[in-house]
Amino acid sequence: MPHLLELHDLEVRFALRTGDIIAIDGVDLTLDKGETLGLVGESGAGKSVTGFSIINLISKPGYISKGKIIFNGDEISSYSDEKMREIRGNKISMIFQDPMMTLNPVFTIGFQMIETLQAHRKISKADARNIALEKLKKVHIPSPEQRLEQYPHELSGGMRQRIIIAISLLTDPAIIIADEPTTALDVTIQAEIMDLLQELCESENMALILITHDLGVVSQVTERMAVMYAGKIIECGLTDQIVKHPVHPYTEGLIKSIPGTVITPGCDLVQIPGMMPTLTNIPPGCAFNPRCYLKEAICTTKTPELKDAGNGVWAACHMR
Amino acid sequence: MNTDNIILSIRNVVKHFDISGGFLDQIRFKKGRFRLEETTVKAVNDVSLFIKKGETLSVVGESGCGKSTLARVVMGLYPPNSGEVHYGGKRIDNLNHKQMLPFRKKMQMIFQDPYASLNPRKTVQQTLEEPLRFHHPELSGNEINDKIDQVMEQVGVDQAWIKRYPHEFSGGQRQRISIARGLILDPEFIVADEPVSALDVSIQAQILNLLMKAGRERELTYLFITHDLSVVRHISTRVAVMYLGTICELAKAEDLFADPRHPYTKALLSAIPVVGEKRAKQIKLKGEVPTPVHLPTGCVFHARCVYANERCLHQIPELLTLDNGTCIACHAVEENRIIS
Repeated sequence: MPHLLELHDLEVRFALRTGDIIAIDGVDLTLDKGETLGLVGESGAGKSVTGFSIINLISKPGYISKGKIIFNGDEISSYSDEKMREIRGNKISMIFQDPMMTLNPVFTIGFQMIETLQAHRKISKADARNIALEKLKKVHIPSPEQRLEQYPHELSGGMRQRIIIAISLLTDPAIIIADEPTTALDVTIQAEIMDLLQELCESENMALILITHDLGVVSQVTERMAVMYAGKIIECGLTDQIVKHPVHPYTEGLIKSIPGTVITPGCDLVQIPGMMPTLTNIPPGCAFNPRCYLKEAICTTKTPELKDAGNGVWAACHMR
Repeated sequence: MNTDNIILSIRNVVKHFDISGGFLDQIRFKKGRFRLEETTVKAVNDVSLFIKKGETLSVVGESGCGKSTLARVVMGLYPPNSGEVHYGGKRIDNLNHKQMLPFRKKMQMIFQDPYASLNPRKTVQQTLEEPLRFHHPELSGNEINDKIDQVMEQVGVDQAWIKRYPHEFSGGQRQRISIARGLILDPEFIVADEPVSALDVSIQAQILNLLMKAGRERELTYLFITHDLSVVRHISTRVAVMYLGTICELAKAEDLFADPRHPYTKALLSAIPVVGEKRAKQIKLKGEVPTPVHLPTGCVFHARCVYANERCLHQIPELLTLDNGTCIACHAVEENRIIS
């Protein structure tokens, strides 16, 4: 069966005066119908750029320099801007981090929802309103009719994020890309939003790409995950397997450095020395080699490829 | 209670902020008359706690619960509306600027955002030597440089970089420099307000290790403000859970995480995502956090609590001490109404 979404050897560059920098370097990903995929990494790893590039939200000076993005059998990376609009926000929706920045503060919720629907379908205002109401109910918003008349500032952060999820559901998308959807929210609200996303994926048979730095969230919500480092996927596979038995030393360090995972309270946390290289200055060979405790001579000369590490996990490491 | 080794105690601290604005903003029309009405944010309401020498007390809570305000009241950055702050047995909240100076030397603060808390126009050296020159004018240039070198080494920043400006450093290194600034006066007590929240996980571990190491080597006492419960569990001796400006539970870290008693603490702990565990049934809270402008009557948590009854609606619960030393403000726990 063909996959719902495929990324083949995707490369995204940003053209700077000093020369191109490679933000995404040969990323391969697949996503099936109804599947949840976590994209994890620290800031600057390229996880958001990967998410943006899927619906071609990369703006100048960035551009997709290599590779293909295939959605439902069509190569959408070659689509014109106009044709892309049929996909973007329609078949593939996106949820961003900050709900206050996503909603327009000067229009009511109802206006913004109806506008979205009318942009994608020929539909009367009354019908659009009914669909909007139905979706608001789906995201468990109390008194939805009232909400349609309200402005974003009248709602709390958690409520706004629910509205955004409702907006992204309006066109019954096949994929939702959620970029750090709960980072700006408190833990109790975060748990509610994550429950909601999970519930919706099951009931609507939607696929979800969850971009986050929070391994805890990823391990609870997703079936598969991919760990990114300096623009490359360095480990991917079944989430349960990776969080329990990480293969790549970076993933291992990342998991062990979270308080409360393996280290008893009060003792020193496992720390990864140094920090992620800037994209202008990626070391040769394996990008992780200066911070790696398994480093050998080959790591500084040859870039490791993703290879099967067993148990449904693929990792890019010479030593494992 | 043994009061000898208590380094800091605060008693019935209340801090309200007036947000009513100018005269015209205050005018309200009610019952046929114009009247002036003040709007205040009740950030901290009647909070008492103490910190023993050498321990790490964490204050946790969701955004808007008043934890940062509490930290600033402790540091003397905000004067409390009422209540007292005692440091080493002396009351410090009513001191004037000059009288406060010796205490400022002993109490230091580390802020959340290392991008905003370092002066962008000062080199690391200038940032670090300013407090020394101010508090120890007798030190010579060489002594100051020695001191800076020593602190830089302790926080793990290369001494050769002291002529650089903050923008030349990454977030983690900036936070190390903020910590160096906090340590340079050899303080006894450090208030850390979300020191790792702005950092990536791998850097967060480095900074937490650094703070714990400094704490051990210099016998520091920490007041740690954070919303990240897994960090709290890792570093704290005791934990205070705040909700809408009041403390609802204060307990030893291991007791709190093993057996949370307050309904809010239970809900909060059940919401933390743990790596490698599918979520156990999360305790759902009804509704949302009320605004601190209009505080609920009685227990501030009653509207969201499943155990709330008539008494919770009218009477504010007091912080009672249980047998194991846990302090808790809940009528339901007091009356044994919670079946766990």
